[in-house]
Amino acid sequence: MTQPQIMTQTEFLHIVMPFKDKVFRLAKRLLVSREEAEDATQEVLLKLWNNKAKMSEYKNVEAFSMTMTKNFCLDKLKSKQAQNLKIVHSNYQDHTVSVQKQVELNDSLDWVGRIIEDLPEQQKMVIQLRDIEQYDYDEIAKMLDMNPTAIRVALSRARKTIREKLTNTHSYGIK
Amino acid sequence: MVLNNIEKLLEKYENGETTLLEEQQLKSYFSQETVAPHLEMYKPIFAYFLVNEKEQFTKDVPLKTKRTFNYTWISVAAVAVLFFGFYFGSPFLQEPSKEEQQMAFNQFKEAMQMVSSNLNKGTSSIGYLESMGKGTESVNYLDELNNPIQRIFK
Repeated sequence: MTQPQIMTQTEFLHIVMPFKDKVFRLAKRLLVSREEAEDATQEVLLKLWNNKAKMSEYKNVEAFSMTMTKNFCLDKLKSKQAQNLKIVHSNYQDHTVSVQKQVELNDSLDWVGRIIEDLPEQQKMVIQLRDIEQYDYDEIAKMLDMNPTAIRVALSRARKTIREKLTNTHSYGIK
Repeated sequence: MVLNNIEKLLEKYENGETTLLEEQQLKSYFSQETVAPHLEMYKPIFAYFLVNEKEQFTKDVPLKTKRTFNYTWISVAAVAVLFFGFYFGSPFLQEPSKEEQQMAFNQFKEAMQMVSSNLNKGTSSIGYLESMGKGTESVNYLDELNNPIQRIFK
């Protein structure tokens, strides 16, 4: 730590700026709560900052950060699940939406969000990285450590599920 | 865009076969005011994607630099403050002029005189304590009174 600084804060922020929102959005996709996603993003950026000496070695800092985010959030969810086994009542988030809330949820955009929330983690991430962040398959493959075919399959499943569920919950297509 | 084309794109989309450009086309088609009624359910999906692309991370990240950096600047500031004190403090430490000294001395003298005169007044009124001494002497006759009593008990 007594070594001279390799990278200044400004330089670091310059590198991190373009993708910090993407890190945040991926974290939020997985953790759902905004606060937790903010904490996760802070954590990831701080880890990057502390390892800034090695940063020049990474070929793709952005992909590396997204992988870090994914790992961090999945770990968080795992430890949360372990906790929920002990405390049965605090089932995390509201997967079981109350009837009253369902009535309030008229906004179809909210429905889309909720349907994605119910998808398996891998499909959530694939949807996030492709349909929202618009990464190409090779980049997603690197970030998630999956092969492109597996990504296409997961993506196809997720997209079909979203459309089907939306059709069911919202009288679309009945016309 | 031709509806037929959109339907084809949607099929490709759901099979995970569209390119990024084609997905962009779908997004822009479904962000239109009106879309084909039988494709209505796709509208919120693509709208949701478009909205979520814009969400931002607004929290600050406390990037810590080395601590020693802070201490250096604190010590520099402390030295600066000290020098300031020496420089601007010196006029207040100069000797007062002779006139001022005389005036201060006179004031002090006056005050002391007042104190001493009042003190004298006080001591004079303490004189009555002497007569109290006389009083105690005359109480001594009580001793003599004791003598007969003792005799009686003998």
